[in-house]
Amino acid sequence: MASSTVPADASPRAIADVIATEREALRETGGITDGSIATNVKPSTPRSPADVRPERITSRDPDAFPAITGREEEWRFTPLNRVRPLLDGADSDARLQWKTELPDGVTLREVAADDALLQTVPTPVDRLSALAMSRAHGAVVVSVPAEAQLDEPVVLHLSGTGEADVVWAHVVLDFGAFSKATVVLEHTGDARYAACVSVLVGDGAQADVVSVQEWERTTLHSSHMGIRVGRDAKARSMDVTLGGDLVRLVKTVEYAGTGGDAELLGLYFADAAQHLEHRLFIDHAVPNCRSRVTYKGALQGDSAHTVWVGDVMIRAAATGTDTYELNRNLLLTPEARADSVPNLEIETGEIVGAGHASATGRFDDEQLFYLQARGIPADEARRMVVRGFFAEVLQQIGVPALEERLLAAVEAELERTSL
Amino acid sequence: MSVPNDRAAGSVLSIRDLHVTVEADGAPREILKGVDLTVRAGETHAIMGPNGSGKSTLAYSVAGHPKYTVTSGTVTLDGADVLAMTVDERARAGLFLAMQYPVEVPGVSVSNFLRSAATAIRGEAPKLRLWVKEQKEAMARLDMDPDFATRSVNEGFSGGEKKRHEILQLELLRPKIAILDETDSGLDVDALRVVSEGVNRVRATGDTGVLLITHYTRILRYIQPDFVHVFIGGRIVEEGGRELADELETNGYTKYGAELAATRPPSTHSLPAGPIFGGTTTPA
Repeated sequence: MASSTVPADASPRAIADVIATEREALRETGGITDGSIATNVKPSTPRSPADVRPERITSRDPDAFPAITGREEEWRFTPLNRVRPLLDGADSDARLQWKTELPDGVTLREVAADDALLQTVPTPVDRLSALAMSRAHGAVVVSVPAEAQLDEPVVLHLSGTGEADVVWAHVVLDFGAFSKATVVLEHTGDARYAACVSVLVGDGAQADVVSVQEWERTTLHSSHMGIRVGRDAKARSMDVTLGGDLVRLVKTVEYAGTGGDAELLGLYFADAAQHLEHRLFIDHAVPNCRSRVTYKGALQGDSAHTVWVGDVMIRAAATGTDTYELNRNLLLTPEARADSVPNLEIETGEIVGAGHASATGRFDDEQLFYLQARGIPADEARRMVVRGFFAEVLQQIGVPALEERLLAAVEAELERTSL
Repeated sequence: MSVPNDRAAGSVLSIRDLHVTVEADGAPREILKGVDLTVRAGETHAIMGPNGSGKSTLAYSVAGHPKYTVTSGTVTLDGADVLAMTVDERARAGLFLAMQYPVEVPGVSVSNFLRSAATAIRGEAPKLRLWVKEQKEAMARLDMDPDFATRSVNEGFSGGEKKRHEILQLELLRPKIAILDETDSGLDVDALRVVSEGVNRVRATGDTGVLLITHYTRILRYIQPDFVHVFIGGRIVEEGGRELADELETNGYTKYGAELAATRPPSTHSLPAGPIFGGTTTPA
């Protein structure tokens, strides 16, 4: 995909022009839909990427958020009837089953709600995340000590045990200054799970967080992952969402100092009737920070629905910002629906670059023909194309065993249809 | 008809009275209007014609592209009904199409692609060590950088790289019949020489019949055809030896004015019926 570079003295208007030109170019090359929406059926109300969103509410108090009607920007794509069991869920003692692999030096502790650390974590951004934080009545804190350099990943296996009650949870991943570590969160089983995940990346640290959703098909999962990137720190976060009935992952990025770098990657594969939603908000409020977003999704089957919303805000103070986001969706069967909404708000023209691209395309018959014309049977050719589509994201997990396993999981998804 | 499926006797691609339509503005439009052609192993046939004459349609129809509908006629390879086969079955039966515009397949490396293709065509996975060597040597013959093998198929390739990659496949897959669709277009002289040498190596084996589709005579200086067919208006209108190519180089297609006029606009009534230069065009 083309990247756009905007001159340092560009006005917001000029930047908008760059984006418009780029979108135009992408549209001409095919597969691109309007930057605001990418879908094959029932397009939603188009929005210009420069649209200013209504003011964002953040609060730890669930009642600070207005009652949800489904008309709100952040809920308009979510089937409320299906998320109701979470929204209406009562306080509960239900928990996921935890199995952990903690390399030497990494600690795990449970803390009460009044713990000092919890007062500093990123604030919930919607009613569900505020409910999760307050009803978790504390948090599980996983800490990587300052300057630790881990060779092995921290792995947290969280599995649902089939309880009907909502599991409310708050997980804090605390990466000490100048540490380097990978944390893998693996979600399996059957659950109604509403969580806050706070990712605190200390100054100069390099933190990789991989969240894998391999739930059973009955699971409801909502989460707000709030990432705070320290000065000169690098946070990489990857979502791999394959399972669940309804999964709605909200991710926010804030920068605590200059020189921060956030790379958000995602891979999702929706089958018939699955609703998989990923919403990102990157808030560039300090100078000289960078963000990169690459989310790729495949859809197959009746009523398979994915939503990707990528909001990037460049505030007036955030000079020298460099941001680019990309979402691509591959429709393997015609009845699936992918919504893709990139939004970019720019309050200063003194930036390095800002751009986005969104494209949703059908399975490319020409690719299939090319591979088949070399003797490769149709089903194997499809696997090669889908594998190739995801390779760019999958190869960046950095945990080879996990990459292999997830690739196999993606291929198992493909097997599920008569594609 | 039935030809023994015997390599020693040489493979034969036989196209008889082939009519092909494409969907245009919601209605089928006939592009091929009765093509007769026989290509035997060891022979090289050049099909020449102006843009829009249906040359590429012939290539893609034989390869089985879903966009084209065969309305009548037959295509057989050593007696087997090619039209009844899927695209991959045709390739495994021994047909190869080097494409004018090879398709990008992001995320699929050239080496993975080549080995998958070789595995499919040969019926078993080539032994890894031998394969690496085979691929490396084939790439070296085509002046291709070894790094090429790690790149995604056709992604970001220059025009010359794409065509070399097609000929690399031709050399590795060793088909019975190779159709080269405007392999020369967009190549500079150096690339044209390298690509032509690759085609000539395959011809020299005597096991492969080559159908070379081209708009220009330039490539015929590097790859000398045994037969030249002039293709206009969806059928072969004249054929001869390589001297016909020389004549085309001098005079162009102007002498086929009547057929040319009939080539282009999709008119509502049909064009002059019947073959102009006689029905069957099988060279002896």
